[in-house]
Amino acid sequence: MKGLVEQLTGQGGPFAGVPYDLVAALAMLVFGAIVVFVFVLPVAGVTSWLERRVWARIQSRVGPNRVGPQGFLQWLADGIKNMLKEDIIPTAADRWLFSIAPYLVVIGFVATFAVIPFGAQLVVADLNIGILYITAVTGLVVVGVLMAGWASNNKWSLLGGIRSAAQIVSYEIPAALSIFPIVLLTGTLSMQGIIQAQGWAPWHWFLFHSPFTFAAFFIFFVAALAEGNRTPFDLPEAESELVAGFCTEYSGMRYLLFFLAEWGNLYVIGAIVTTLFLGGWQVPHVTDNPVVLAVLQFVTFFLKSYFWVFIAMWVRATLPRVRVDQLMTLCWLYMVPIAIVNLVATAIWMTIVPAGLDRLVQLAMTALGAAIIVLFFGRVRFHLRRAKLRDVDYYYSPII
Amino acid sequence: MGYFANIKESVATIFEGMSVTFSHFVRRPYTVQYPDRVPIRIQDTLPFRYRGILEVDLEICTGCLACERACPIDCIVIDAKKDPQTKAMMLTRFDIDIAKCMYCGLCSEPCPTGSIHHTSEFEGADYSLESMLRRFVKTPVVAYKPKKGPETDPEIVPILDRGMAYLGDFAGAGEE
Repeated sequence: MKGLVEQLTGQGGPFAGVPYDLVAALAMLVFGAIVVFVFVLPVAGVTSWLERRVWARIQSRVGPNRVGPQGFLQWLADGIKNMLKEDIIPTAADRWLFSIAPYLVVIGFVATFAVIPFGAQLVVADLNIGILYITAVTGLVVVGVLMAGWASNNKWSLLGGIRSAAQIVSYEIPAALSIFPIVLLTGTLSMQGIIQAQGWAPWHWFLFHSPFTFAAFFIFFVAALAEGNRTPFDLPEAESELVAGFCTEYSGMRYLLFFLAEWGNLYVIGAIVTTLFLGGWQVPHVTDNPVVLAVLQFVTFFLKSYFWVFIAMWVRATLPRVRVDQLMTLCWLYMVPIAIVNLVATAIWMTIVPAGLDRLVQLAMTALGAAIIVLFFGRVRFHLRRAKLRDVDYYYSPII
Repeated sequence: MGYFANIKESVATIFEGMSVTFSHFVRRPYTVQYPDRVPIRIQDTLPFRYRGILEVDLEICTGCLACERACPIDCIVIDAKKDPQTKAMMLTRFDIDIAKCMYCGLCSEPCPTGSIHHTSEFEGADYSLESMLRRFVKTPVVAYKPKKGPETDPEIVPILDRGMAYLGDFAGAGEE
C-alpha cells in the first residue's frame, strides 16, 4: 500500500505534485470500496443463501434451490427485489434519523473489514490498535439500531431498539474481557501481531493455549453472537413479540441494509474468532512463491472463519430464543465473572508456568479438543442409529 | 440448582442438541418438490377413487340424466332427445362447469355405466372462467344403449370395463 502510494506521487507518477496524504487517503478509499463490493457484499449475500439452505436441511426441508445452480443466486434475486421495492417512510417517523440509521449500522460492520487480516499482506490497514478498533466500531451498530428504533415512532421498534442496545452494551463486556487474555499473551493489539504470535498447527493456536483461553474462546463466541443479534439472542427481532423489532417500519433498500449488516456480521465474528484463537492465516511454509502463499493464506483464513459462520447457522437451527432475564443472567452472572477469572488466571499462568510445561499443556488441550470432536460425532452416530434409518434415508450430498 | 451445575447442564444440553440437529443435517429432506421435480407425477400416485376433475366417456353415456339430477349445484347440463327418424337417443349437449363443481362425487354414484367419473387430475388453474366450462359434446352423438348380454364392440369393451370397475369400487368401498 505504502509502496503503491509512493509510486503514484513520485517523479513521473500520475499524481506527482499532489500531497502524499491526500493520495494515501484516496487509495485507502478505493481499496476499501473494492473490498466492500468485491468481498463483503457477495459474502453477506451468499451467507444469506447458505443459511437458508443449512437451516432447511436441518429441518428436513430443501430450501431455496431454484435461482441459479442449487439456488446459489437466490441472494441476488432477493437483493434486486428489495432494491426495486418502494422505500416507505412513515409520516409519524423522524425522517432524518429514520433515513440514516441503516447506514450507521452498515458502516459499523463494514468498517471492521479495514483491519481484518486475510493474509500476511492482504490487509487494508494493519492498525496497531486493531482489535480495540473492532470493538469500538462495532459499538456504532448500537447507535444505528437505537436510532432506527426511536425514529420509527412505533412501540415494537422502540422496544426492539432498546433491547438491542441493552444486549449489545452488556455483551461487549464479556467479549472484551475474553479478548484481553490474548492481548496479554501477545503483548500487542494489532491483528497481524496476534496472528504472528500463533502458528499453523492447532497446538500453536491460542484456543488450545491453556484451559483459560479455551474458556475465553467460547465466551467470546457466545458474546459475539449476542452482539450480532443472532439466535438464541435475537430478542431485538423476536417476531412473536416484536414483529421485526427495530426494522419493523423499514422497507426496500433500507430494510435490506439491516440484513446485509446481520449476515455480514456473521463473517466478521468468524474472522475475529479466527484471528484471535485459531491462528488466522498461518499456513505451513510450503512454498517461497509469494502469490501462492498469499492465496493459501487467504483460503485458510476464509475457510476457518466461514466454519464459524456455519456454526452460527447451526446454533440458530438448534437453540430456542432465550428470555430477556435469562439473557441478562447469562451475561452478568455467568459470562462476566468467568471472563474475569480467565483474565486474571491467564496473567498468573504467564508468570508461574515454565516453558516446558506450557508446551505440554498445549498438546493436552489439543488432545482434549480432538476428544470433544470425536465424542460429538459419536453422539451424532448414536442419533442416526437410533432413528433406524435405511441407507436411502442418509443423504450426505448437499445437492438436491 | 447450583452455579456450576447450571453451567454443566447448559454445556451438556447444548452439546446434545447440536448433535441431534447435525444428525438431521445428513438426512434426506422430506420435501416433495412439486410440481417439476417429482420422481413420478403426483396424479399417478393418487388412489383410484380420488375425486379430481370430472370427465365423461361419451361412448358409454346412456343419456339418462341421473348425474344432472344428482348434482346439488347444477354444474352439469345435458340435452338429450330422441331423434324422430332413427328413434335413437341423441346427446346434443353435455357441459360441466368445472369452476362450479365442488367435487362431491354425487354425480358419479348414480351413473349406470360409470361414464361420468372423477379423474386424478387436479391442476385446474386456467386464465378465464369460460375455458373452465367443459363441453364434452362437440357434435351430436348417439347415446349408448346397453345390450342384452355381454358387450361385443371391441372399442367400447375396455371403456365399459373401466366404468364398471369404477362403479364396483363404490360398491366395494364399505366392505373392508
